[in-house]
Amino acid sequence: MFTHETLVEGSKMWGLFYLVGFSICVLIYTFLPANRERFERAEREIFDKDDGPWT
Amino acid sequence: MMQLTTGERQLGAIVLIALAILGIAMAAAGRTDVLGIHGAMVLLYSLALLFLLFSSAFGPEPSPARLTRYYDDPIKVGVGLTLFWAIFGMFIGVWAAAQLAWPILNFDTSWASFGRIRPAHTSGVIFGFGGNALITTSFHVVQRTSRARLADQFSPWFVLFGFNLFCLIAVSGYFLGVTQSKEYAEAEWYADIWLVIVWVTYFVLYVRTLALRKEPHIYVANWYYMAFIIVVAILHIVNNLAVPLSFAHAKSYTIWAGVQDSMVQWWYGHNAVAFFLTAGFLAMLYYYLPKRAERPIFSYRLSILSFWGITFFYMWAGSHHLHYTALPHWVQNLGMTFSVMLLVPSWASAGNALLTLNGAWHKVRDDATLRFIMMAAFFYGLSTFEGSFLAIRPVNSLSHYTDWTVGHVHAGALGWVAMITFGSLYTLVPAIWKRERMYSAALVEVHFWLALVGTLIYVFAMWNSGIIQGLMWRTYSPDNTLVYSFLDTLLAMYPYYIARAFGGLLFLIGAIVAAYNIWMTVRAPSAAQLPLDEDLPASDRPLDGAAPTPAE
Repeated sequence: MFTHETLVEGSKMWGLFYLVGFSICVLIYTFLPANRERFERAEREIFDKDDGPWT
Repeated sequence: MMQLTTGERQLGAIVLIALAILGIAMAAAGRTDVLGIHGAMVLLYSLALLFLLFSSAFGPEPSPARLTRYYDDPIKVGVGLTLFWAIFGMFIGVWAAAQLAWPILNFDTSWASFGRIRPAHTSGVIFGFGGNALITTSFHVVQRTSRARLADQFSPWFVLFGFNLFCLIAVSGYFLGVTQSKEYAEAEWYADIWLVIVWVTYFVLYVRTLALRKEPHIYVANWYYMAFIIVVAILHIVNNLAVPLSFAHAKSYTIWAGVQDSMVQWWYGHNAVAFFLTAGFLAMLYYYLPKRAERPIFSYRLSILSFWGITFFYMWAGSHHLHYTALPHWVQNLGMTFSVMLLVPSWASAGNALLTLNGAWHKVRDDATLRFIMMAAFFYGLSTFEGSFLAIRPVNSLSHYTDWTVGHVHAGALGWVAMITFGSLYTLVPAIWKRERMYSAALVEVHFWLALVGTLIYVFAMWNSGIIQGLMWRTYSPDNTLVYSFLDTLLAMYPYYIARAFGGLLFLIGAIVAAYNIWMTVRAPSAAQLPLDEDLPASDRPLDGAAPTPAE
């Protein structure tokens, strides 16, 4: 049965697991060595001087 | 609009004619109800735009060469609209502030009563000024960071003019006495439905432009803009679910009842602060700060971590607005806990911005535009700390319902949101209009000091008055009776209300200076486009005095 208690339990317990799991995924994405170059390039790409779309 | 193709002009005409017919229908159905007045406004608005569209309708087809450039025309119009709403919204704000000190300033009319001009102020500055600034800068940033032109030429105009129609309907409705009584969501059902249509178009345009990108990685500023667009749509729809009295009436009733209504409203209200007034402006910070400082962001990875922290945590923080209410205690605790946790990603963002400036502090000293951006990051750090602090229940027992809250909001709105916007505009305007620099660096400097001093006066006045107010409300005599009457607290507020109105006035003057400076920058002939020896009538010949001032 879907009751108020179900929602409260979902929020109180599964919400915490959701938060922890989500944080782990974000940390993996951020520090994955394969992403290093992509992020370093992103830092610099906004300084390219040409002001027109690439075709 | 000169770049529109025949097909796009036809589409524009069809949409505007449909809108005009809708306006007539609203006017006919609503009659003397505010809905009828708004119908007439929709009709006039669409006819005015139709006139603009037709006046260039028979021009030649635009050159295909336009596709090799970014589409900046809507950005130029957006800058103008941003400045118009800034001055309008801040003027109403100064007026509302002055009414609190001198109530006579409502002139004994209903339309100018505090309850009506207050939402006109908040909607004018948040949606009018903030919203137009967000739309305008997002069109700029998404094109530059994606290396792609906006996906089409029709939807940017639809988004821009459609959004401003929403603002117009919302703000005029408050003066006419229409409200849903939901903070930052006062506009009635028909304006809300219109905003959904505009917002979905905005979302689709943004995603299509990102899909056309030539850069493999989506730059972090776009993540923030996307979060702003998506979450505002969700919040807006859920909080504004309502049943109108009839299709001929402006009045509606929300489908939420009792404490659920409060919870949905403050889930919306706090996330309006988070995603309308923070996420999109952080997007500006992550693009215009590195551009202006000419230094890459201190840590790109930190910006990703704080992005997910901010988007995840903010969703749960809204219930801190409902401490000591009928809302279940554990929901209050949840809001309080997440508000305190929010300090981590917020300070990570503010710190990331300030550390980016390491090695460029001499530029902060010399360049008022960069100083605007630096001050914005500083105030962002300050007001997010204050926010986490005020969300703690015992602190909230002192601060809630007092001017401290108002001071907190304005530390964020003036110090963070408005300052990052002006810093971004001063960077964007010369770039878009291909000018070497702003018309007057001295006026940017003047604006900076007006804005900073105005903000400090405002915020300190409200801190003082808020804490005094809170303490007076809770002062008991030894016989357990209240020492101060409510009127006593009002008398104690009086000097602070005058100071607050003065601080706001300084900020308004700063915005007017900015509008003048930007207008003169746009008007100044750029050397490349208009050489002095060009064959022009004498009166049109640029004078030496009108040349841009040298670098600061």
